[in-house]
Amino acid sequence: MDFMILSLIKLGLVLFIFMTALAYIQWIERKVIAHVQLRVGPKRVGPHGLLQPLADVIKLITKEGMVPSHVHPVFYYLAPFVAVFFALIPISFIPFGQANVKIPFTDITTNMELTDLNIGLLLILGLSGMGVYGIALAGWASNNKYSLIGGLRSSAQMISYELPMALALVSPLLMLNTVSLRELVNGQEGFYFNVIPRWTIFLMPAPQIFSFIIFMIAGFAETNRVPFDLPEAENELVAGFHVEYASMKFAAFFMAEYANMVTVCSVATLLFLGGWHPIVVPGIGNWIPALVHIGGGAICLYHGLVQPARKWDNITLPVFGVAFIGAGLLFAIPIVQELLAPVFWFTAKLLILLFVFIWVRATLPRFRYDQLMRFAWLFMFPLALVNLLITGLLVAATTN
Amino acid sequence: MDAILFFLFATITVICAINMVLQRHPISSALSLIGVMGSLAVLYLLLGGEFIAMAQLIVYSGAIMVLFLFVIMLLNSGAEPKRSRHKILLFLGAPLLVILLGVIGYFIQGQIPAQEMVKFGSWESGPGKPAFGSPQNVGMSLFTSYLLPFEITSVLILIAILGAIVLARKEID
Repeated sequence: MDFMILSLIKLGLVLFIFMTALAYIQWIERKVIAHVQLRVGPKRVGPHGLLQPLADVIKLITKEGMVPSHVHPVFYYLAPFVAVFFALIPISFIPFGQANVKIPFTDITTNMELTDLNIGLLLILGLSGMGVYGIALAGWASNNKYSLIGGLRSSAQMISYELPMALALVSPLLMLNTVSLRELVNGQEGFYFNVIPRWTIFLMPAPQIFSFIIFMIAGFAETNRVPFDLPEAENELVAGFHVEYASMKFAAFFMAEYANMVTVCSVATLLFLGGWHPIVVPGIGNWIPALVHIGGGAICLYHGLVQPARKWDNITLPVFGVAFIGAGLLFAIPIVQELLAPVFWFTAKLLILLFVFIWVRATLPRFRYDQLMRFAWLFMFPLALVNLLITGLLVAATTN
Repeated sequence: MDAILFFLFATITVICAINMVLQRHPISSALSLIGVMGSLAVLYLLLGGEFIAMAQLIVYSGAIMVLFLFVIMLLNSGAEPKRSRHKILLFLGAPLLVILLGVIGYFIQGQIPAQEMVKFGSWESGPGKPAFGSPQNVGMSLFTSYLLPFEITSVLILIAILGAIVLARKEID
């Protein structure tokens, strides 16, 4: 019974944080892209536009759900469900902290994840393969030439990029000898010479930098993000597979895209960047979360009180500054540190990778479709194969 | 719990399989086939064959069925017209189907003795029992005891791919 209650609490917590995060990733994306392009970005709703996601959600829910008369109704309604279903499942078995953590003031121990699967990585691969049905079905059921082309492109693209992605994933599995996500992260613990972390991208005998890069590039293609967002290329396909979708059905595709981004970044973090292991040796590393938060708070206070650039900055920024410093002081308490520092490291790496996704979107133009396919089959695939071969040889040479 | 899940997903498999035959639109049939593949993966999982379940999900429901859908969408074929059938076929068909299923069932029953029935979780690891369905074990037996069939299959698939390319090339030139 305890297990049930604990699981339900964890489920509620993860669901709430994940859903809020999905909404706010979009805010971060708009802000970052705006600043890259020398604009301000959303700032009307709430301080610095912080309530914009909430406003967007209310708008999308209350909007009229138009259904064009020429669609195939069953598949038209099914498609957004499929997309969002397969995008949201992976979070339920992605570990984000250590196992058997003792919750303070109780004698309950729990794992920092929802379920522990020993085939987690394979299941993520399988689900990401299923995710394409949402887009393909949406494209076909809309009964519209633009949507159909978008859906076709998407399925061809995802099949092609799944190959280099899977091959890139195999190399770290060879080195760490397991497919359980938790075991994979546990295998990356420790440091070389007390400086270089033993993450897979640095791990001897075959540092996996190439497979990390291949995986990230394939991840861009799998999530239909710029520069591989051919399925929804605005200037040739209007909006691609979701032309005919409005209101919550459109929001479902949007949410699925961001959830897929989070999944890809989580897998990259767990497999290549050492999951929740800190970047520096624990002695100093334990204090970094506190320092980062306090530093962020100090910057907010400085810009709010000393150099307010905009009208309300002398009120809003100090509030955030105090909140950040409070969080930083919380991280300085040893009990909390033990509990939350791994989660901090995991989230920090995840957010940095998400920032890379946004950064690339703000920087790079879109590929042409034939370039996209040629890149996958003639460059990424052979590179991933060669990388796998070299890794296999090195692992075989060192284990015996 | 195992039994409930088994009957649930076995029912889904059978319903999807029947639906696949009954549906006249190719996309509906393809989606039903995806349902069959997915619930088969769950049945493998109930036996404890983790790797085979995931392979089923990745290869069949993921890759192969996407290709099916892709081709159907590319050809944009509509619903099949309903053909009028002879009444005799209908009356003869049902008994013949029952006889066929009966014969198949009889032979399968004869092949597998009742004592060695596969049980829920029988491929799982346990105390003093090797994990038969784990990726490590599947890989081990694939590359040691069954290396020759494995290699022959891969050559066969390579030939099939080459054949497809040759056939497709002819039309372009």
